[in-house]
Amino acid sequence: MRLYRLLLHLYPASFRAEYGGQMCAVFAQRRANGENPAALWAESMLDILANALRVHWDILRQDLRYTARTLARTPGFAVTAVLVAALGIGATTAAFSIADHVLLRPLPFADSDRLVKLWETEPEYSRMELSPANYRDWKRVGTAFESMAAYRGLSVDLSGQGEPERIDGAAVTAELFPMLGTRPVLGRLFTEEDDRESAGGTAILSYRLWQAVFGGDAGVLGRKVMLDQTPYVVIGVMPREFFFPSRDAEIWTPMRLGAAAYEERNDTYLHGVGKLRPGVTLEQALEQARAQAQVAAGQLARMYPKDNAHVGFTVIRVRDEVSPLTRRLLEALCGAAFCLLLIACTNLANLLLARSLARRKELAVRTAMGAGRDRLVRQMLTESLILAVLGGALGVALAAGAVPLLVRLVPQSLPIGEAPAMDLRVLGIAALLTMLTAVGFGVLPTVRACAKTDLSGLREGGREGVGGRRERLRSGLVIAEITASVVLLVSSGLLIRALWRLQTVDPGFRPDGVLTLRTSLPMPKYERTAPREQFYTHVLGEIRRMPGVSSAAYISFLPMVVRGGIRPVTLPGVPLDPSHPPVASLRFVTPGFFETMGIALRAGRDIRESDSIHAPDAAVVSESFVREFWRGENPLGRRFQIASRNPMVVGVAGDVRVRGLEQSSEPQVYLSYRQVGDGVSPWYAPKDLVIRSDAGAAGLMPAIRAIIRNADPDLPISDVRTMRDIVDGETAPRAVQVRVLAAFAGMALLLAGIGIHGLLSFAVSMRTQEIGVRVALGAQPRNVLGMVLRQGAALCAAGVVLGTALAYVAARALEALLAGIKPADSATFAAVASLAFVMMLAGTVVPALRALRVNPISAIRME
Amino acid sequence: MDSRTESLLPLPPATFHILMSLADEDRHGYAIIQDVAARTGGELKLSAGTLYRSIQRMLEQGLLVEIQERPAPELDDERRRYYRITPFGEATARAEARRLTELVRMAKASGFVPRRV
Repeated sequence: MRLYRLLLHLYPASFRAEYGGQMCAVFAQRRANGENPAALWAESMLDILANALRVHWDILRQDLRYTARTLARTPGFAVTAVLVAALGIGATTAAFSIADHVLLRPLPFADSDRLVKLWETEPEYSRMELSPANYRDWKRVGTAFESMAAYRGLSVDLSGQGEPERIDGAAVTAELFPMLGTRPVLGRLFTEEDDRESAGGTAILSYRLWQAVFGGDAGVLGRKVMLDQTPYVVIGVMPREFFFPSRDAEIWTPMRLGAAAYEERNDTYLHGVGKLRPGVTLEQALEQARAQAQVAAGQLARMYPKDNAHVGFTVIRVRDEVSPLTRRLLEALCGAAFCLLLIACTNLANLLLARSLARRKELAVRTAMGAGRDRLVRQMLTESLILAVLGGALGVALAAGAVPLLVRLVPQSLPIGEAPAMDLRVLGIAALLTMLTAVGFGVLPTVRACAKTDLSGLREGGREGVGGRRERLRSGLVIAEITASVVLLVSSGLLIRALWRLQTVDPGFRPDGVLTLRTSLPMPKYERTAPREQFYTHVLGEIRRMPGVSSAAYISFLPMVVRGGIRPVTLPGVPLDPSHPPVASLRFVTPGFFETMGIALRAGRDIRESDSIHAPDAAVVSESFVREFWRGENPLGRRFQIASRNPMVVGVAGDVRVRGLEQSSEPQVYLSYRQVGDGVSPWYAPKDLVIRSDAGAAGLMPAIRAIIRNADPDLPISDVRTMRDIVDGETAPRAVQVRVLAAFAGMALLLAGIGIHGLLSFAVSMRTQEIGVRVALGAQPRNVLGMVLRQGAALCAAGVVLGTALAYVAARALEALLAGIKPADSATFAAVASLAFVMMLAGTVVPALRALRVNPISAIRME
Repeated sequence: MDSRTESLLPLPPATFHILMSLADEDRHGYAIIQDVAARTGGELKLSAGTLYRSIQRMLEQGLLVEIQERPAPELDDERRRYYRITPFGEATARAEARRLTELVRMAKASGFVPRRV
């Protein structure tokens, strides 16, 4: 019998209270009638299960109908609550999904936490590529690694497959792919055979390239493709989700290091990758690898003091390669999203509290008519959950829509896909938080209201919720909202100021009106200087004759596009400071480069056509170069050494921000394109074309393409951009970031405004009688107005004071992103405070007007 | 027909049986179960859950009322509650019977039912 009673708990309490006793009686009677006990139990059990479910379902349907009716009666409340919940859930999910994708999730490789990158260090540089000789010698002693591999970036012309195309990829050693643990979807990986110098060229395609150029044809294996006019045989295709070393890699070839590659120890261009040995903890393995790297570097420094005296080795986990700037940006984004979630929950809480107060009368009536407390609580629970679920669903939709907008925050340079999957865990947590808020603040007040046995709610003129704990709680929630929105506003305000400041940084050239494109001359064909010069002369001559073009030139690497190309500089008679070896970024240019780019020529002359291989080496140097080496002296006619050359300074140009707007750059040295020797550093052969014109890029391109095709029909044209795009690209991730943060801050402000509005409207409606009495007793409109405004202003002031303090803390954390703007930037803080004040006024207007319109006669009659 | 009645038709079998069982006298729950079983020759044995779930709904729909006056104490059990059919309940049961008769008539016309039952 007791068991039967226990089972009855499956029914809703209200049903049990009503019929439980009778059902027990029926059960007892049937037992007394001598029915077969086993059959009786089996039947009863099934009966209870089936019918309890049905009763619950009936109640749920009833509650849903009731909820739909009540929400339809107050659509303003319903829409606001759903939107508020959706904003919180959506923003948080989107932001954390991106951050998780970039910062936290393991890379898509086998044992990715054991993957490390191997770098050389020098006193001035914390991460430099390895020279082949140093890589080889490190590998020989690197027992801390299970395996080591190397790769270098590759940029080749793919021809013989329709229109020639410039594609990026990597030359890799055979160890690399097995280390990453990725299998090809088609064909095989490289073997050591492929690495041999005598082997025929082989290539592995990316999935995208396979689809786009070869139409996903499985017969591509064994096909011959032309890379830089050299034949390669396709031996494999990698999976769709394989990106290495970065997202834009399309093709991989074996890296062949001939004997010559090992000769120059300071020619550093290899990226080293290692996999730590398993077994010990990650930290221990890393520690061990680092210690070993130090020993190896020390040995090499002693053996090759000329090249390696200051070279160290360092080991960094691949996951930690994300730049600190990116990391900080994403952390800021997450912080902001979390703030928004809190504000949303606070707002929801406030909305529900206000609603539960306004509905006390309704609840009291229903209680008086015999509705059980649990029935009412259940009704409220259904209602709150419906709101939360609707909000959650909309939030998911928002997040799904927002994630693609945020993909520009995913750095190109990581070996991960562009779009993150939506993070279900975060979605779950955000949804749970919203549910808890909805349930907590939607149901608890009902429980408390019902717990009171008296029917004070029924009394006419009962003024609940004004004064006392309830109102303090609600005011506290509004203050919290204002605080959080002030923090968000200040953070985004500071970042906007930082963006503006960066956008006004002078890049050292005039980017507007300059079109750029790249024609990388494939090397066996253009190895000699003569065909190269012929190409440049032909192309530049034709382009300069085009209408609308004022000048055109070639350079080896554009500033901000290639930031490397840094070489040591020595001056005759000046002793070398070994801890700070002087360096400069080296570029080869054709005449007219400075004019085309709008770089000021401060002294001397430009590079001339007459600076040929037969003339003495000539150099144009930057002002910073002069400042560093010949401060206060006339640099013209002086000589220095760079890259085994001994050029004479013929001109001085303005400084250019080669390393971009946010970093300081090395001094610049420009040499003549005609003084690159036959077969010498072909990497430095000019390949970036710059054209200044007053016509639009789109109008020029067909003619330019025709000119280049005329000069060499097999040469692909790539990277067609304007210089303005390149400069804007410098601040693009930041601009996206700032837009997102500003949107968050705007939403926060809006929510806080809604919060103030809600609180004051409620207070005014609850105090209608009081206001009526005051007016009847002679209070002037301005007294009434003042009363409402004072309440709003007090909330706002409290929020702003708290928010300002917290915002300062947040701004200090963001300092690295602020590009020199002080965290305590008074203009930003003042602007935010006034914005908060305006928001407060806007939120107060309607309730204040309502208070003014209170008619004393009717207000008092209600008593 | 009353539109309220109409909206309830067709009645679930359990509901119709309960109404029939209460047609001649007020009964408590267990008595209804027994009566239904006897009426159907043991074919339909209402379970307690089905019975009270139906009763709950029928009370809400106004087909039944719970009655306050009880039989003589020696025949009564404290826990038992007695139910009585309302005029609306009678009207609804009649409407359901009409609906079924009509249905059977149509079935006969189609030759689905033997001439003599």
